[in-house]
Amino acid sequence: MPTLITNGTIIDPDTQQMSIGSILVDNGVVTARYEGMLPADATVRTAPGTTVIDATHKLISPGFIDPHVHLREPGEEHKETIATGTRAAAAGGYTVVACMPNTRPAIDSVAVVQHIRTAARRAGFAEVLPIAAATIGRAGKELSPMRELVDAGAIGFSDDGVPVGDPAVMRNVFEYVKMLDVPYFGHCEDMTLSKGWGMHEGAVSNRLGLPGYPSAAEEVGIARDIALAELTNSRLHVCHVSTAGGVALIRAAKARGVNVTGEASPHHMTLSDRWVLGWLDEQADARNEPGMSLNSTTRPPYDTNTRVSPPLRSEADCVAVLQGLLDGTLDFVATDHAPHSRVDKEVEYRLAMAGITGIETALASMLMLVNQGRISLMDLIVRMTDAPAAFLGRGTTALRIGARADITVIDPQLVWTVEASKLFSLGKNTPLLGQKMRGKAVLTMYKGTITHQEA
Amino acid sequence: MTMPAVSPFVPWVPTPNRKRRHVLDLDDFSEAEIIDVLDAATSMKEILGRSVPQVPILRGRTVVNVFYEESTRTRMSFELAARTLSASTMSMTAKGSSVEKGESLIDTIRTIQALGADIIVIRHGESGAPYLAAQHFKGSIINAGDGRHAHPSQALLDLFTIRERLGELKGLNATIVGDILHSRVARSNIWGMLRCGMNVTLCAPSTLIGDVRMWQETFPTLKISYDLDAIIPDTDVLMGLRLQKERMQAGLLPALREYSTYFGISQARIDKLPDHAIVMHPGPMNEGVEIMPEAADSPRSVIETQVTNGVAVRMALLYRLSGEATA
Repeated sequence: MPTLITNGTIIDPDTQQMSIGSILVDNGVVTARYEGMLPADATVRTAPGTTVIDATHKLISPGFIDPHVHLREPGEEHKETIATGTRAAAAGGYTVVACMPNTRPAIDSVAVVQHIRTAARRAGFAEVLPIAAATIGRAGKELSPMRELVDAGAIGFSDDGVPVGDPAVMRNVFEYVKMLDVPYFGHCEDMTLSKGWGMHEGAVSNRLGLPGYPSAAEEVGIARDIALAELTNSRLHVCHVSTAGGVALIRAAKARGVNVTGEASPHHMTLSDRWVLGWLDEQADARNEPGMSLNSTTRPPYDTNTRVSPPLRSEADCVAVLQGLLDGTLDFVATDHAPHSRVDKEVEYRLAMAGITGIETALASMLMLVNQGRISLMDLIVRMTDAPAAFLGRGTTALRIGARADITVIDPQLVWTVEASKLFSLGKNTPLLGQKMRGKAVLTMYKGTITHQEA
Repeated sequence: MTMPAVSPFVPWVPTPNRKRRHVLDLDDFSEAEIIDVLDAATSMKEILGRSVPQVPILRGRTVVNVFYEESTRTRMSFELAARTLSASTMSMTAKGSSVEKGESLIDTIRTIQALGADIIVIRHGESGAPYLAAQHFKGSIINAGDGRHAHPSQALLDLFTIRERLGELKGLNATIVGDILHSRVARSNIWGMLRCGMNVTLCAPSTLIGDVRMWQETFPTLKISYDLDAIIPDTDVLMGLRLQKERMQAGLLPALREYSTYFGISQARIDKLPDHAIVMHPGPMNEGVEIMPEAADSPRSVIETQVTNGVAVRMALLYRLSGEATA
């Protein structure tokens, strides 16, 4: 059954052009494009069986790609399942996600890779690319059967949540990913420096009496992995870069030709460590103008929904991460969507599991930066579509004739409130609860099937 | 599965006269409110001196001490304060309670609420735990020490003792010496002393203070020194803090002996203090490490007075939460 999306502003991340037009989708692919306003009496509108979706005043983008999410299945289905996580992805405008292997058991066997692919196909909300564990059980000792895992469909390796602690083991992982030509997703952290951490080390942690996770713990981790990637002439992808120093290390490594990429998470660009102060923050802008500002003072101090690894950093770090994304040091936006249950979060701050759910709020968070004039809409869309596609070894996502119909229709003006009961993710652990946002994916299509539509 | 909306809470009831509901930290106490508490504590101290020290201010109310960490003086002090005000008191320690079976803090608080508690006095090893408790309790929470974060009643009793001994707080120079980085007593005293117009200098080895920028971003007027002998002659209030021996094992200190040589409160250092100056310590002391026995016993020492005054100040806080206090 054909679907016709009419009169939206079509964004082409490949040519970096925006133009008004309509797109006809049939059998899961783009079958026709109509430039300019489509007349009300156009025959394509009335072809038998055609569903017409009016996208006037809306943006038509290729579906977003998120190379860093946690779907928690198998083993922690009370936090998220592949079905609920990909349903949430669809609500956020995403059509492709890569999931991290910190499941129970870890994704360190062919059986688990196959389970994920099967469950994802059955759910049908998004394409799910499994990232396998670099070491057995993510224990940092023995290599996982990496080649078998790639043959089964793993697209890269990571022990995300923790680094591969032993540098000699890490070296061997780098040798293997070089042979297999897939990325290693580095969770870069020196865990002796961050031991017992509660939040980012700085004035706020000192005031709240929480043990700090210094920026240097991340920077030491990144520096080590860059050195090992250089040694092995291999490929390093640095996950969730949160510090100005980390951005600088990657920038310098790229400049001397190291095969390194990096990602920026929306929360590390839009939320600072002051969010942990909640209403204690007398310097906070206590306004929540949708699409322009967020109000951190509506939340209590020590809100465990602000606890994430790496932690929310200083305001200067937020600026530096965005700058890294703008100048290409960091290659794309990744949410690090990390759902947790109430039991994991309704505890003392330092004891709460680290993680923020972000896949349903990422677009609105990033559009706030667009509205503030800090990143252009085109630059943003490229970093949520073609840039992650290139990282995954794929061609452009542009909605040309013959392209897979992964499409996101965005209403950039829609004002909505982040409410736990309305999030599709089982994880309600976001510090944005209660905030008014501007901009949302109002329709998401994956392989020509509508996976999300705003009522 | 959906989460219930977290009920918004504020440490004071949002009425025009801003009656206080919780005591979680001193950072939301104005100077005027601190002075109010100290004034009320003066009256309470008078009550404690009577032949029958009991008044019916909290008759019919239940105060529950919930202590996740061991404590001698704070716990007994709150208990005595509550009884002097005619409250019923109950007590729970983590040891021997359902906490050992894995009960969460929230469930423990709800259980205590169901038993009819009006005020919970909580001591907890994790910074911020009293804020969590306050979100799930309909009555009042008093923070009796949380992690390294705050110990507001200790700071108030210290301010009370300083005022009692030295009169006006404004303009006094306080030196806090010891393990400041890990100290909730230091953090609450810094808030309270600065709010009341005192000058505060932190003095310790750099590993026990941490990044100076971190302190001065929050407290721009705070001074930091690594040379106790240099600041002693200008010190009106010398406050020592307990040095936990585990700090040395964690590599934060080369040796207790070295610490004691440069930062210990000795008789020789006390002799260099101005004549009116006082020596304080929140206890428990490691005599021979951060303070020498002769210094603790010297006429300058107000350490035992601090303990006595603690009861009066805690009575004043309980009174303030009873809803009877104005302002």
